[in-house]
Amino acid sequence: MHAFANPTRFLKLASWLTPLLLVSGLVLVALSLVWGLFYVPPDRLMGETVRILFIHVPAAWLGMGGWTAIAISSLVYLVWKHPLAALAARASAVPGMVFTAICLATGSIWGRPTWGSWWVWDGRLTSMLVLLFLYAGYIALAQASARDGGSYKIPAIFGLIGAINIPIINRSVVWWNSLHQPPSITVGKSAIDLAFLVPLLIAVLGFSLLFGGVVLARMRALLADFQAEARLRRKAMEAA
Amino acid sequence: MSENDVSKGFKPKHQRLVLVTLALVALIGAGLLASWGLRNQANYFYLPDQFVAAPPPVGQAIRLGGMVAEGSIKTLGDGVTVSFVVTDQKEARVPVLYTGILPDLFVENSGVVADGSMDAKGVFVADNLLAKHDENYVPKELEEMSQHQAAKMVEETTMGLE
Repeated sequence: MHAFANPTRFLKLASWLTPLLLVSGLVLVALSLVWGLFYVPPDRLMGETVRILFIHVPAAWLGMGGWTAIAISSLVYLVWKHPLAALAARASAVPGMVFTAICLATGSIWGRPTWGSWWVWDGRLTSMLVLLFLYAGYIALAQASARDGGSYKIPAIFGLIGAINIPIINRSVVWWNSLHQPPSITVGKSAIDLAFLVPLLIAVLGFSLLFGGVVLARMRALLADFQAEARLRRKAMEAA
Repeated sequence: MSENDVSKGFKPKHQRLVLVTLALVALIGAGLLASWGLRNQANYFYLPDQFVAAPPPVGQAIRLGGMVAEGSIKTLGDGVTVSFVVTDQKEARVPVLYTGILPDLFVENSGVVADGSMDAKGVFVADNLLAKHDENYVPKELEEMSQHQAAKMVEETTMGLE
């Protein structure tokens, strides 16, 4: 873990890993979306609306993955005081929130023709909406603490507490009767036909790589920001 | 979390780890307890066997969810009202009346959620119907085939690819 504590080493790693993740992610996303939107057969019941699956599922996965990243980074920051971990948590928040919003929007568009309703207050939809609000709260808190030059302790604690929502989202369709369908893919078993599953898994992988690339790019931008600020402060001190 | 702990051989790092772990355990416990407490309140709908066991008062708004029983969908004389039976695939059956446009996925042996209330005759009068999609995603071409046929077709189409 301490091998990465050094920002210089991190920057060296990130400088080649960021474009690699971004480019490979974009290629896989493009491949899976063209496949999913034009070459996959229509579903038995849903017909053409099944195609939204290839955006909705990766978005849901990364909306939850983003908060998991915040929670793990916050834990590392609180216990080991690792400054890069605080940065990683902050960098994961906006992409995670964007994917959560995409998940809610595409789910709503799918729900209208399939269920007959844009929105219902069932366990899965409600807990996912709560996740969106948690992201908004986290981003506001992290920005406020960065502006005041304070520590990241408070956003980190918030990130850990918010993580309780992740297992609730995951289990919501199992614990409670919900309109949202139960999980299609469980360990070692899939209720999704291979014709849909293969492009879906490629889309999940592609969007995940893209997510990683965006988080690394944001971490580099935040580090550059700190360095520029430190340099300005030093110059001001020398001038005084 | 003072630096004195270092002299006792217990690093602040470890103290923080223990504190955060304890806090997380307490938090997860609280979350699970709250979800457990909500297990009957956070349901989006009630199942037919719950309706049969404890019938809701006449006229009280409630949601019923289950499977549409096979062969039970009938269109009444006015052409826009349908009657069907919601079942839990066991013995509980609740008759439902609905007037309005049916969702595309409303078919026999498929999930349905109905908003409405019981009338005095024990019939559930729905004013809104939602179709519930299950977790299965199957292409249209494979729908008619048995699992064996489908597996064979996949085998044939992928033959020689390896």
